[in-house]
Amino acid sequence: MTTTAPPRPQRDDTPVRGRGWQQPQLPRGTSWYALALAVVVTSGLHAGLAIALLPALLAGWAVIGIGYPVVSYAIEGRRKALDRLVTIVVASAFAMAMVPLVSILWTVVKNGLPVLSAEFFTYSMRNVVGEGGGIYHAIWGTVLITAAAAAMAVPLGLLTAIFLVEYGGDGRLAKVVRFLVDVMTGIPSIVAGLFAYALFVVAFGPGVRMGFAGAVALTVLMTPVVVRSSEEMLQLVPHELREAAYALGVPRWRTIVKVVLPTALAGLVTGITLAVARVIGETAPLLITVGITDSTNFNLSDGRMATLPVFTYSSIMSPGVPPEPSIARAWGAALVLMLIVMVLNLVARLVTHFFSPKDKR
Amino acid sequence: MTDTSTPSPPRDSAETVPSKGRFGDRMFLGLSRGAALTILVILAGVAVFLTAEGIPGITASPDEVKSGKTFLAFVLPLVFGTLWSATLALLIAVPLAVAVALFVTYYVPRRLGHTLGYVIDLLAAVPSVVFGLWGMRVLAGQLVGPYAWLEANLGFLPFFGGPASATGRTILTAAIVLAVMILPIVTAIAREVFRQTPVLLEEAALALGATRWEMIRTVVLPHGRSGMIGGAMLGLGRALGETMAVAMVLSASGVISFNLISSSNPSTIPANIALQFNEASGLTVNALIASGLVLFVITFAVNLAARAIVNRRKEFSGARA
Repeated sequence: MTTTAPPRPQRDDTPVRGRGWQQPQLPRGTSWYALALAVVVTSGLHAGLAIALLPALLAGWAVIGIGYPVVSYAIEGRRKALDRLVTIVVASAFAMAMVPLVSILWTVVKNGLPVLSAEFFTYSMRNVVGEGGGIYHAIWGTVLITAAAAAMAVPLGLLTAIFLVEYGGDGRLAKVVRFLVDVMTGIPSIVAGLFAYALFVVAFGPGVRMGFAGAVALTVLMTPVVVRSSEEMLQLVPHELREAAYALGVPRWRTIVKVVLPTALAGLVTGITLAVARVIGETAPLLITVGITDSTNFNLSDGRMATLPVFTYSSIMSPGVPPEPSIARAWGAALVLMLIVMVLNLVARLVTHFFSPKDKR
Repeated sequence: MTDTSTPSPPRDSAETVPSKGRFGDRMFLGLSRGAALTILVILAGVAVFLTAEGIPGITASPDEVKSGKTFLAFVLPLVFGTLWSATLALLIAVPLAVAVALFVTYYVPRRLGHTLGYVIDLLAAVPSVVFGLWGMRVLAGQLVGPYAWLEANLGFLPFFGGPASATGRTILTAAIVLAVMILPIVTAIAREVFRQTPVLLEEAALALGATRWEMIRTVVLPHGRSGMIGGAMLGLGRALGETMAVAMVLSASGVISFNLISSSNPSTIPANIALQFNEASGLTVNALIASGLVLFVITFAVNLAARAIVNRRKEFSGARA
């Protein structure tokens, strides 16, 4: 950017200018012409000569990725040519990273949207063979299990964060807990599921499947996320507020409940929403602790339940005969799941945007 | 802490603070300390229960488990597959993530960079089962052609020796899906590290006449090296433990092979658990739990190393994602 800026007027007086100190440069906007040429080559090869998309893209990229730096090398010299080459490589990397995102969104919406209907949301899969049926049971299972997990993880995580920020300081216990929360963040989700299963086997015997076990597994995954975000938010509360409360003779716990928590509320809500969004799409732990069923089951402590992620998984992995309706339902459930996660993320951002104190960001 | 700021008289008035307040304080401290201790207990519980349920699986004789092998023979190919797929994912994801982070930090206007960063973060919001669905129904099909081409033209390399899979559901496909899944976290950490590069150094390099790439090569990259390594290892931890995408994409046959495109692929520990668990019974379940314990130990070690490297770069919040 700095290299293409036109010379400032006062530079005209500098004596060195006459000696041609400035290297010849490609005119501004050459990059865009090169890009346009690459697009023309790609679309020309693909549409005009009916060459497959991938080779056509490679050829187009060669125009801008190889041809353009070579031209630059001839005119501007090695250093600028290298700079332009890196710019192109880095921009291409970003474009490449966008491909899977766009492709995922596109295929899920394209395959999932036709499936969505009133029946899809209001029917379970009980006694459904072939077409029809829906995800009513899976939605309820996901809501109940996630709510149970949140009911355990949020108080646990929040209180731990309060301990770390308000009481622990740099004490030994606080250090150990911070480290263990780090460790917990790295627990693979399937290991959390195995833990919940092993725990419930001890209590209920082998082969146990129940919603509550899934909730325990999700709690293991959710708690460290809640601790992390809450700790960060509580640390943002200005210390002056606490000191003002102490000066007025307010006990410490009332200061926390009445001053610190309300101040940090927006941030806490955002963090908890994001934590819920993270665990609601977890498949592996639910697959091995809760399993899947075709009927609606509202009882967390009584046998298998259906959940959206596991429903998606089992619909695609064991579709039955004929497979098409089941595969279609898998796409539909995937779309619903993604919509839920996106909405939760959006809500989290909106809460931060509208309710956080105005002096931040 | 509050005591030190109070003048002398309140010393004995501290004794007369209403006992109700003191009781509330004690209770609240007890509650929050209890929560912190619960975290300790949970983690100890994870280790204890996995070990307790896993040991019978480790000591089980070959004819008592479904695999029909000793535990070591059962778990070694899985460990190999886990490490191999995660390494491949890392080889794909890290250069891409660093380039993306450079792009959004140094090559586009700041506001646009922020927005593009959010867009990359969107990838992190996609549930893993959706990645699996996409990988198996979309990506695998797209890769059949390129794999055949690789076999025909680069077949002399052991990685691309045939026969190329007809479904495209190979270890390389799984690694690509894994790479896409860990891209957001590696990118986020790289961005955070780059943002911490001292602006004065950047400007000094530019003022000396460096091109943008020379500035990045001489200032930004050396400054961010350890942070990027830590970020990559956190990504490795994610890739090691990722279950559903691999379980759905890979058609595994439990071999040890470096071949990237053939139809016989090594499985991974988490994918194997997910696929076998619901049909397993008796000691086979214990063997699967024991393999989970092995996975736990591996990811624990990787994460520990990553944290150590990241924390060397003092306080920085990006690693907390």
